[in-house]
Amino acid sequence: MGLLSKKDANLILDPLADNNPITIQVLGICSALAITAELKASVVMSLSVLFVLGVGNVVISLMRNIIPSKIRIIVQLIVVATLVIVVDQVLKAFAYELSKTLAVFVGLIITNCIIMGRFEAFALGNGPWKSFLDGIGNALGYGVILIIVGFFRELLGSGTLFGVPVLGDPIAKTGLYATGYENNGFMIIPPAALIVVGIIIWVQRSRNRALIEEA
Amino acid sequence: MKNKLHQLKLKYRGKKMAPAFNALHTFLYTPNETTHSGGHIRVADDLKRTMNTVIMALVPCLLFGMFNAGYQHYSAINGFPENFSLFEHFLTWDNFWLGAITILPLVIVSYGVGLAIEFLFAVIKGHEVEEGYLVTGMLVPLIVPVDTPLWMLAVAVIFGVVIGKEVFGGTGMNILNPALTIRAFLFFAYPTWMSGDKVWVHGAVDMAGTADAISGETVLGYLAQGNTTEMFQKYDLAEMFYGFIPGSVGETSTLLILLGGLFLVFSKIASWRIMLSAVLGSLAMGLIFNGIVDAGWIPEYSKFYGLMSFEFWQHLLVGGLAFGIVFMATDPVTGSQTNRGKWIYGFLIGFLSVMIRVFNPGYPEGVFLAILLMNVFAPTIDHYVVRGNVKRRMKRLKTATIHPKTSEEVDALKTETA
Repeated sequence: MGLLSKKDANLILDPLADNNPITIQVLGICSALAITAELKASVVMSLSVLFVLGVGNVVISLMRNIIPSKIRIIVQLIVVATLVIVVDQVLKAFAYELSKTLAVFVGLIITNCIIMGRFEAFALGNGPWKSFLDGIGNALGYGVILIIVGFFRELLGSGTLFGVPVLGDPIAKTGLYATGYENNGFMIIPPAALIVVGIIIWVQRSRNRALIEEA
Repeated sequence: MKNKLHQLKLKYRGKKMAPAFNALHTFLYTPNETTHSGGHIRVADDLKRTMNTVIMALVPCLLFGMFNAGYQHYSAINGFPENFSLFEHFLTWDNFWLGAITILPLVIVSYGVGLAIEFLFAVIKGHEVEEGYLVTGMLVPLIVPVDTPLWMLAVAVIFGVVIGKEVFGGTGMNILNPALTIRAFLFFAYPTWMSGDKVWVHGAVDMAGTADAISGETVLGYLAQGNTTEMFQKYDLAEMFYGFIPGSVGETSTLLILLGGLFLVFSKIASWRIMLSAVLGSLAMGLIFNGIVDAGWIPEYSKFYGLMSFEFWQHLLVGGLAFGIVFMATDPVTGSQTNRGKWIYGFLIGFLSVMIRVFNPGYPEGVFLAILLMNVFAPTIDHYVVRGNVKRRMKRLKTATIHPKTSEEVDALKTETA
């Protein structure tokens, strides 16, 4: 990364693995459970959060010296709400079916702890460029987990990826289904996401022992 | 042979495969090690003995399940016998053979996969292999439908042992009963194989849609559809009690479960408090439902009418209620530990089982869900029982007046406290 200094690069790379918002900080779990039954929804949700967090962090960072600290939460909420409405309208205009799948969860990006957390913890104390990188990094870290979870849940639960059948036709019994394989209905329901996220956390911590907290 | 193995054990101590070797070794022979320090009480009923006792109580259910699998299969094809005779129609070689070739693979897969995972975790973590799976491995084939595909069972066993037990720290540390975790996983993952009128009779799924199609609806299945009279035409109460009805492999015979339960109670392996209170709980909920029906609060066309109007005590004869109460609710690891806690825990299991059974829209059974739910609450119940006990004793201490008997004792107390 010749473009970025090492410190700046870390702002993006850290949240991808060792300081991941979902697996390490355990934030934003709600949406990770709700919308990851399909890979497409996971990707769109990740992109939405990427936009909201990237732009929001810059806006808050630019305004950080003029926001009275007593009402900063309200100001932050207004910024997120504005951006979320933009995302919502864009989705409704260009991907109506998908916006119905995501339903209330686009609106609930406002309450996603990752966004308010980054505003509070980073954008209020750093310049716009750094805040932008931090926002992008955290949104990517969130998105990576969402996409991994979405990948496994859609593959095992519905036998499709992005809605395209990859394991054969379950009704006509072709491909893998001819051998007696069946879709796992458990993966469709939200508790499965909790278990998949748990397994990701397990794998990550057993590969990097430094992440394990003192008991 | 025995000494050679002992020597081999010493030689391989500390090596990677040592736990796996030790597991087989202690399974076959008594270890030659003894404790070296302190006072120890040596008794025969160690973990392995406990597990074996439960397995002995389960064997009659397994054997009955094999005969019943054959009986249900042939009766579904040829029609149920008019004058049922135990030896002519039930305890036949044909029935047993069919049951054995369908049910033994379930037992083998359950034990094979489950023990392989236990070995794997023991080798990774470097501790001794725990015997915890011995009972689970026997329970699993008894609580699934006969025709459960083996790969599904294998996937479920992997899930149940890893997520239900190993992530919490292995045998003795699990929150949820592993066998029921496996059953719940199967239920949510492959509902078409776990419910309906086809899965309870061997061969019914394969023959579905052909001219030879057969089916065997469970008692609860009939009731859930409101076909109460049709159900009683097909099965009478004695058949329900003896277990000549379709259902999961080993859960149908209330008689044998009762015998197994008595055996466990008298060998002091399982808690009679949990069993008794669970029975009382289910009777209480059944009575409430009967009362609602008698009061006319629920119309006959309601989809709950069939199950609600079912006589309260007959709930114990059908479905997995008896099996769950005797073999699942009494699991000492996941149940309540305190005596008062056991009464509450058991009562709520019975109460919720019947409630879920009646209101569950997808599947007219709820024992495994009720027990899993109460597994989660067992530590909370124990916590409040212990707190309550502490509080009562503190109160007694505060209100108590201590009478010193003689003046010397008063003096002694004074010097002590001073």
